[in-house]
Amino acid sequence: MIEKNPNVVQKDDIVVRFSGDSGDGMQLSGTLFSDASALTGNDIATFPDYPAEIRAPHNTIAGVSGFQTHVGSRIYSSGDKCDILVAMNPASLKSQIKWAKKGATIILDIDTFTENAVAKAGYEGNPFTDELERAYTIIKAPITSFTEKIGTDMGVEKSVTSKCRNMFALGMIFYLTHKKLDQTYAYLDRKFAKKPDVVKLNKAVLTEGYEYADKLELIHSKIVEIAPAKMPKGTYRNITGNVATAWGLLAASERSGRKLFLGSYPITPATDVMVELAKHKGLGARVFQAEDEIAGISSAIGASYAGALACTSTSGPGLSLKSEALGLAVMTELPLVVIDVQRGGPSTGLPTKTEQSDLAQALYGRNGEAPLIVVAASSSANCFYWAYMAAKLALEHMTPVILLTDGYLGNGSQLFRIPKVADLPSITPRLATPNDPDYKPFYRDPETFARQWALPGMEGLRHRVGGLEKAPEGNLSTDPEIHALMVYNRQEKVNRVANYIPDQEVQGNPDADLLVIGWGGTAGALTLAVEEMNNEGKKVAYTHFNYIMPLPKNTEDILKKYKKIVVCELNNGQFLSYLRGKYPQYPMQQYSKIMGLPFEVTELKEKFNEILGE
Amino acid sequence: MTHTMERHFVPESNVELTKADFTSDQMVKWCPGCGDHAILSSLLNVFPKTHHKKENICMVSGIGCSSRIPYYVDTYGFHGIHGRACAIATGIKIANPSLSVWINMGDGDSMAIGGNHLIHIVRRNLDVNITIFNNEIYGLTKGQYSPTTKFGQVTKTSPFGTIDYPFNPGELVMGAQGTFFARALDVNPKLTTEIMQCAAEHNGSSVVEVLQNCMIFNNGAHADITDREVREDKIIVLEHGKPMIYGKNRDKGLRFNGRCLESVTIGENGITVDDLMVHDETIEDTGVHMMLARMHGDLPVAVGVIRAVKKPTYTEMFEAQMESAQANAKYKCVDDLLNSGDTWEV
Repeated sequence: MIEKNPNVVQKDDIVVRFSGDSGDGMQLSGTLFSDASALTGNDIATFPDYPAEIRAPHNTIAGVSGFQTHVGSRIYSSGDKCDILVAMNPASLKSQIKWAKKGATIILDIDTFTENAVAKAGYEGNPFTDELERAYTIIKAPITSFTEKIGTDMGVEKSVTSKCRNMFALGMIFYLTHKKLDQTYAYLDRKFAKKPDVVKLNKAVLTEGYEYADKLELIHSKIVEIAPAKMPKGTYRNITGNVATAWGLLAASERSGRKLFLGSYPITPATDVMVELAKHKGLGARVFQAEDEIAGISSAIGASYAGALACTSTSGPGLSLKSEALGLAVMTELPLVVIDVQRGGPSTGLPTKTEQSDLAQALYGRNGEAPLIVVAASSSANCFYWAYMAAKLALEHMTPVILLTDGYLGNGSQLFRIPKVADLPSITPRLATPNDPDYKPFYRDPETFARQWALPGMEGLRHRVGGLEKAPEGNLSTDPEIHALMVYNRQEKVNRVANYIPDQEVQGNPDADLLVIGWGGTAGALTLAVEEMNNEGKKVAYTHFNYIMPLPKNTEDILKKYKKIVVCELNNGQFLSYLRGKYPQYPMQQYSKIMGLPFEVTELKEKFNEILGE
Repeated sequence: MTHTMERHFVPESNVELTKADFTSDQMVKWCPGCGDHAILSSLLNVFPKTHHKKENICMVSGIGCSSRIPYYVDTYGFHGIHGRACAIATGIKIANPSLSVWINMGDGDSMAIGGNHLIHIVRRNLDVNITIFNNEIYGLTKGQYSPTTKFGQVTKTSPFGTIDYPFNPGELVMGAQGTFFARALDVNPKLTTEIMQCAAEHNGSSVVEVLQNCMIFNNGAHADITDREVREDKIIVLEHGKPMIYGKNRDKGLRFNGRCLESVTIGENGITVDDLMVHDETIEDTGVHMMLARMHGDLPVAVGVIRAVKKPTYTEMFEAQMESAQANAKYKCVDDLLNSGDTWEV
C-alpha cells in the first residue's frame, strides 16, 4: 500500500506531539514512535510535558499530558512547534493547539467531542471555527468507535479496549511518516508476552489506524519520509537524561573501583535517577531511600567517609534542604556527587516544568566560604558523561561536586552513542596508604591541593573529621591564622580544578561580532538557532558552558574577542551575574526565559537578529 | 518475619586491648563533674570487650556537648552536624558493614532536630549502637529546654515554665518497633558498662538512654531518682528472667493487676514473689516494654535492658539482596547494561 504512494515528500525532520488525558497512553505512543524512528535510522529527541497531577479530572485542561518527539537527520532538541498534533480529546486540542505550526496536521478523536467534553475543555460553542479549519489540516478520526468495534468483535471488555485508543493514533502517524509497523508489533509482543489477547487487540487497533489513514485521501499529500540520520558510526540507543545520569554513575563506580552509594529521597523530576539505580544492585549499586532530603545527603556523606563513590539526587527544594550538609562535605573535604535535576522554582514552584534557576543556589547556597565544583550537562545523552565526570572530579579532587541537569534533559530522551567503559577517562581516587606514618587528614597534594582519603578500617590512619574547623594535622583549631589558611586551601583546591579541564570552545562563526553564551540544558535550541543564523548569512559565534565552577581557563580570552555578548538562560540572569562578577569589564546582555519551558529556536533567532541590528 | 540466620559483619578479631588503648590524646573539655565523663569511661571500658580492632570502630555524633565524644576515643570518628548523626551513620554502615558503628547524641540532637532520623534508623533496625545522653536540657547553647525537659520547668527559653509535654525516648523506640532499648545512669558506671556491652552484642539498632546530669544548666534533673538516699526505692534494675523486685529492703515488686502495672510490697496482703512479674526482654510485642519504659512517679523508673528482641536487621537484609542480585545479575558489567535492550548500528 504505502510503498506505492507517489506523494511521499522527503523532509529533514518532523515534530509530532501526542496529547491526551493523563492515562490515555500518550507517553507510550510518543516513545514507541521515537523508538521505531530511531531503529529505522533517524536521529530523535523527545520531551514529555505532563501535569503534576497523576490523574486530574477526566477531560479537563489540567489533565492533559503531552509528549513531543522530534525525528530527523540531525536533531539537537525536541523541536519548537509540531508538524503533527494528536489530540485525543477536546481539552488536548484546546491546550495544545498553541504548539502546532501554522498548517500543521491535527489528528483528533472526534468521538470525544461531545457537548459535555467540549464545554469541560472551556470552549464556548463549536471548537471547529472557520479560522481553525483554514489554518490547519484537521483529521476528525472516529478513534473511539473504531477501537471499540475492534474490541467488541474480539470479545474484549470495554475497559481494556479503551486503553488501546492511542494505538489507533499511532498507526495513523506511522502512515503519515511512511514507516512500517514491524518495530511496534515486536514491542507489543515483548511487552504483553503473557497476555496474547492484549497483543492481538493492540496490533489490530494499530493496523486499523494505519489503514484508516491509507483510505483518507485528504492526507495523502501530507506523507513525509524523514531523511536518515547523519551521525558518527557506532552503536546507538535511546536514553533519557535521568537514566543516562544513573548509568554514568555506575560506569564511574566500575572504573574507580569504589562501591556506588546513592542516598536519596523521591522528588520530581529527579526520582528516576534513584528508580534506575535501585534496579542495579546486581552491578553493586547500594541505594538507600532516605527518610528525607537531609538524610539523603547525610547518608551519602557517611558513605563517602567510609569509602564509597557517594551520591545524592534531588531537585530545587531538595537542594535547599541539603545546604547545611553540603557545607559539611566541603568542610570534611569528602568526595560527593550531588545531582540537581532543576525544575521551576522558587519553593514547590513548577515541579514538572524545566528551569535553570538553581545555579545561584548551587554556586553559593551554603553558610561560610564553601566552594565546590559545579558542572552542568547539556543534553539528555551527555548526562551520562557529565555524571561520570562529576564522579571523577569528586574522587580525584576530594570535594563535593554539584551536577546540574534539568527536567527537560532528565525526562527528555535522545540518541546515545554507546561508549565502552574502558574508553572513558580513568579515575584515580586519592586513597591513603595504610600505616603511612606521615598521614595527616588535611595534608594536601601540592598540585591539586586535594587531601588523601583514609577509610575507616584502614590500619594506622585513625582520624576524626567533622564540621568544626581543623588544622592540617586534623585537630580542632580556632586559631585565626589556621582558619584563614584552611579557607584559602579549600578555595584554591577548587580553583585548581581549572588546570585539569579542557579549554572552552567556540562554535558557529568565531569571527562574528556577536557571541552567544549558554550553559547546561539549553544547548540544543541554541546550537540550532546559531547554525540557522549562520546558514542565513548572519555572523554569530556561540560558546556553551558545562564547567561552571571553576570556569575553563580561556573563558576571558573568548569574552574579550567579541563586541556583543548575550547570555541566554532559563532564569533571571544567574550565569550572567556570575560572569559579570568575574569579568566586569566585558559588556554582556541578558536573554532570559522563565516560563518553565525550554527555549524555542525562533525566539532565540529573533533576539539575536535584534542584537545584530542594534 | 522470623529470624532464621543471624549474621555479623564486623570481622572477628582476637585483639587484646585495654581502656588506655582506646583513650585518645585529646584533652577532654567537658565541665568538671559532667555526667558525660562517666559515659565516656563506660564506653572506653566496653570497647576492649568487643575485641574489635580499633580501626573497625567508628564513632559518629551530631552537635552538642555529648557529640564531642569522637575526639576522645582513639578510633575512626565523624563529628557531624546537628541532628544528622543517625543519617551519617546509616551511610557509613551501608557502605561498609564491617564497621562497628557507635552513634552518640544528646536529647536535643536525637529527639528535636534529629528526631526523624532516630525513629527511622530504629524502624529499619540498622545494626548500630546508639547512646542518648539525656540531661533534659540544651547545654552547649547554655540552658534552653529540650524535648525531654520536664513539663512546666523554667529554663532560659521558658521563663514561665514549659508548656511542651516531654518525650520519653523509650516510647519513641517502642513506637518505632525498636529491637533494643535500655536505660542507664551516669551515676552507676558499672551498670552503664554492663548495658553498653549488651548493646554492643545486640544485632540491630540498640538504643541506650543514659540519664545524665548537667551540672551547669540542669543540675539535679534526675536527682529525685538518683540520689543515694532514694535511689533504691525509686529505681528498679530489670534483669531478664528475674522477678521485678526493688527497694532498699528488696521487699517491693511490680505486679500486673489486670489493668496496669502496680507497685506492691512482698508480705503485705498475702503478696509473694510468685505474684510479681518476671522480666522478659525478648517479648516481640512492645506493649509490656512500653509500660516498663514509661514508669515514673509512684512506680520506679526502670533501668537495665528493657527490650532486646531478635529481628532481621537492615544490614543483613541489605547484604542478602546485594548478594542475591549479584549472583543472578543479568548484567555482569556496565558495558552489558549499556548495550542491553534496543540498540542499533549507524
